[in-house]
Amino acid sequence: MKSRYEAVIGLEVHAQMTTATKIFCGCSTAFGAPPNSHTCPVCLGLPGALPVLNRKVVEFAIRAGLASRCTIAPRSVFARKNYFYPDLPKGYQISQYELPICIGGHLEIETKEGARKTIGITRIHMEEDAGKLIHPGEGSGYSHVDLNRAGIPLLEIVSEPDMRSADEAVAYLRKLHQTVVYLGICDGNLEEGSFRCDANVSVRLQGAARFGTRAELKNINSFRFVKQAIEYEIERQIDLVECGGTVVQETRLFDSVSGVTRSMRSKEEAHDYRYFPDPDLVPVIVSAEWIDEVRTALPELPEAKIDRFTTALNLSRQDAELLAADRALADYFEACVAVHNNPKGCANWVMGEVLRGLNESGLSVAACPLTPENLGGMVARIDDGTISGKIAKTVFQEMWDSGKSADRIIEEKGLRQVTDSGAIEGIVDEIIAANAEQAAQYRAGKEKVFGFFVGQVMKASKGKANPQAVNDILRHKLAQG
Amino acid sequence: MELTALTIHEMRKHLAAGDVSAAELTDAFLRRIHELDGRINAFIRITENQAREAAERADRRLREGKAAPLTGIPLALKDIFVTEGIETTCASNILKGFVPPYDGTAVARLREQDAVFLGKLNMDEFAMGSSNENSAFGPVKNPWDPNRVAGGSSGGSAAAVAAHMAAGTLGTDTGGSIRQPASHCGVVGLKPTYGRVSRYGVIAYASSLDQVGPLARDVEDCALLLQAIAGFDARDATSVDLPVADYPATLKNGVKSLRIGRPKEYFITGLDADVAAAINAALEVYAGLGAEIVDISLPHTDYAVACYYLIATAEASSNLARFEGVRFGQRVDRGDGLLEMYRNTRAQGFGAEVKRRIMLGTFALSSGYYDAYYLKAQKVRTLIREDFTAAFGQVDVILTPVAPTPAFSLGEKIDNPLQMYLSDIFTIPVNLAGTCALSLPCGFSAGGLPIGMQLIGKPFAEETILRTAYAFEAATATAERPPLPSAEPAVP
Repeated sequence: MKSRYEAVIGLEVHAQMTTATKIFCGCSTAFGAPPNSHTCPVCLGLPGALPVLNRKVVEFAIRAGLASRCTIAPRSVFARKNYFYPDLPKGYQISQYELPICIGGHLEIETKEGARKTIGITRIHMEEDAGKLIHPGEGSGYSHVDLNRAGIPLLEIVSEPDMRSADEAVAYLRKLHQTVVYLGICDGNLEEGSFRCDANVSVRLQGAARFGTRAELKNINSFRFVKQAIEYEIERQIDLVECGGTVVQETRLFDSVSGVTRSMRSKEEAHDYRYFPDPDLVPVIVSAEWIDEVRTALPELPEAKIDRFTTALNLSRQDAELLAADRALADYFEACVAVHNNPKGCANWVMGEVLRGLNESGLSVAACPLTPENLGGMVARIDDGTISGKIAKTVFQEMWDSGKSADRIIEEKGLRQVTDSGAIEGIVDEIIAANAEQAAQYRAGKEKVFGFFVGQVMKASKGKANPQAVNDILRHKLAQG
Repeated sequence: MELTALTIHEMRKHLAAGDVSAAELTDAFLRRIHELDGRINAFIRITENQAREAAERADRRLREGKAAPLTGIPLALKDIFVTEGIETTCASNILKGFVPPYDGTAVARLREQDAVFLGKLNMDEFAMGSSNENSAFGPVKNPWDPNRVAGGSSGGSAAAVAAHMAAGTLGTDTGGSIRQPASHCGVVGLKPTYGRVSRYGVIAYASSLDQVGPLARDVEDCALLLQAIAGFDARDATSVDLPVADYPATLKNGVKSLRIGRPKEYFITGLDADVAAAINAALEVYAGLGAEIVDISLPHTDYAVACYYLIATAEASSNLARFEGVRFGQRVDRGDGLLEMYRNTRAQGFGAEVKRRIMLGTFALSSGYYDAYYLKAQKVRTLIREDFTAAFGQVDVILTPVAPTPAFSLGEKIDNPLQMYLSDIFTIPVNLAGTCALSLPCGFSAGGLPIGMQLIGKPFAEETILRTAYAFEAATATAERPPLPSAEPAVP
């Protein structure tokens, strides 16, 4: 019955920009400082103070616009959004309204079914964040206001209502998250609120031309909650319509504890924000030269990276996608390849042991105790036959724990592989002599016994014998017998 | 020597010669304020201790030979300028107790020169008014006749200069707030071009119109004060980075072959006969000095007042949102919640005219009305600006009356806002156009009240209107002083 309906979803994302200073004053944007220590007359909204635009904010916005294929407006205008709230010191938020800096872009996502889908981006605009209210508890009769966050630059990125399921919404959100983090304009920390998402959700009968009435969902601060909140809301709206009810336009708050959305305010209670151009600021003029400058300095984005990894570095698409998913991981991989030019070998170690190690210790790539240079050095020692892949696992762990280089560990622990064929021949002769019965079986055509001999030889060499040499010599000697 | 009767340029000579100290000047002004201000009410706050300390610093600097042009000159500031460590109220109850932690740019520039600040001056609350009757500290009385208004909103700034209670003052002008009181009080007042003087640290009324300017006894003093405060400021995005002329040095360049425009729309019915006569006489003087008088038209003048009261109030409704009792000033909290705290704070803190303008502006910006009011007003503003651009293709300076009448009586218009608004009919277009203008005394009414003429210049041509004014001042002798010391105490 529910398949008669389709959901229509659009997302509004607020991404805090990682500029060193606030959007309209020189105060620091660092997180976690004592309350109200990062403030000045401007971000406190004191009488007489005036905003002056931080040029870096515009550059970051242009980066976001270029990465999402938007048109960068040569002239955009800041507007005041007027409403009263104690976390908003001026009684208005400086934002952009009629003339935002970026318009009409898109991002590509992959749907669950593996198809590619384009999600339109309506607009991207710059604005200031509000402060934070801290409520000491029910019935205390007062609240604290911390204005360190007031004036931190935000990008608001508004999508077209192009998503049709919670999964698509999450895929778009992940893509957008990846993009802003890649661009170095947002740290992407959802828990600290530096990447926040509101979702507009409506339902309609499959094939209907018009959109249903939408609800705006707020307070969804993880990818998991986005999926949960949207799925709940779709179900709620379908149930409502099925029972003969109508969806009302309203803002709903997601409660992550119970997993439901609750009405916060209806359209009738909505603010009239009385937007008008901020007379304290002049229009933002962006020249074609400036756009070119930003475009040239743009970091390589995931798609381009995947292309390069598959073509220039000969990685499989799957490997390339995994590595490129996280800019820090891709950078780690490339630093590794810079030391030792074996992309596939390096990729295997990065995607395997490095990720496993990070997962187990709960560390980010940036905090990885093993440097990519050391890892590259180790892969080089595998490739030149100094150590075997098996010994490498020991070396890897030692590098991870001690921070020492592979060469030093190999030297200190005497892990150098035995490639001297004379020494291996001696061991092989001893093993064949000690296992005459198995040797006879091999010669009688029981190929399986070969593995037994390899194992015995490796054991006798304490794993240091070169496996290839062991293979060759064993085959030769067994055949001779 | 009567120290308070000296002009700034005269004081500078005496200070440089060492026959008068900054401390003596400051003392003389403080004494005069104490004697007279009970009758004028120009000061909201007298900062006696800070003034004496500043005078000491100035005297030290003078002795060291490091004096700047305004070192040791006793000045006073409209209470719209935030001053570090000195209560700043904008003549509003809502800001009582607010002690700013910083100085605005204009104030800081004067402080750097070790000018002496005598105190903070009365004004219409949040600079909203044309009579200085909208003040939480009571009206300012006109020094020429204490039953009449001083004009507004910089009424205290004009009256203090006229009554010799300060050598010069700073005011702000959003729709005539420097020029109109200057005219009514018989002093020189200059509204610079929008962007010429930083607005940083000026409590905003209408941000796209507000501009800081000096009021002084004569044109040369005005030029000296403007010189000190003019110029680009990185803290004000709307300040303009253009070179600042040497105003005092160019004052004597004369008006020979200067083209002076006479806009027909400013000589209307309702223009007081004495005012009309004084303005026409001034035109004659200029013709006699070799200027060419040209009849011009500023066709959209009629729409200026309506346009102004949409734009200014719209901006004000937003600018005044920050006064809600959360962080500074007066808070009225009866423990019945945030919304009630906002309501009570603002209901008690703001005066009637401020509330009227907040409501007007809120309405003009409301969803569904924005296009019809705010947006349309912006379009009209463009037309008015184009009027001036076209006129300045023909002439160098435009000469008009400042106000339709000399100072009116206290209480005469306070219950008729529309009539009050019309007293700014000749000054408002200049703010909408964003250009510069000054008010210069040019005669007296039959009743002995001063009359001012307005000289409007091209954008950033302050130098031109200053030298035009200087030529008139040099050719005539209008600089009489108010009959204050012998006047009866004003009726409260």
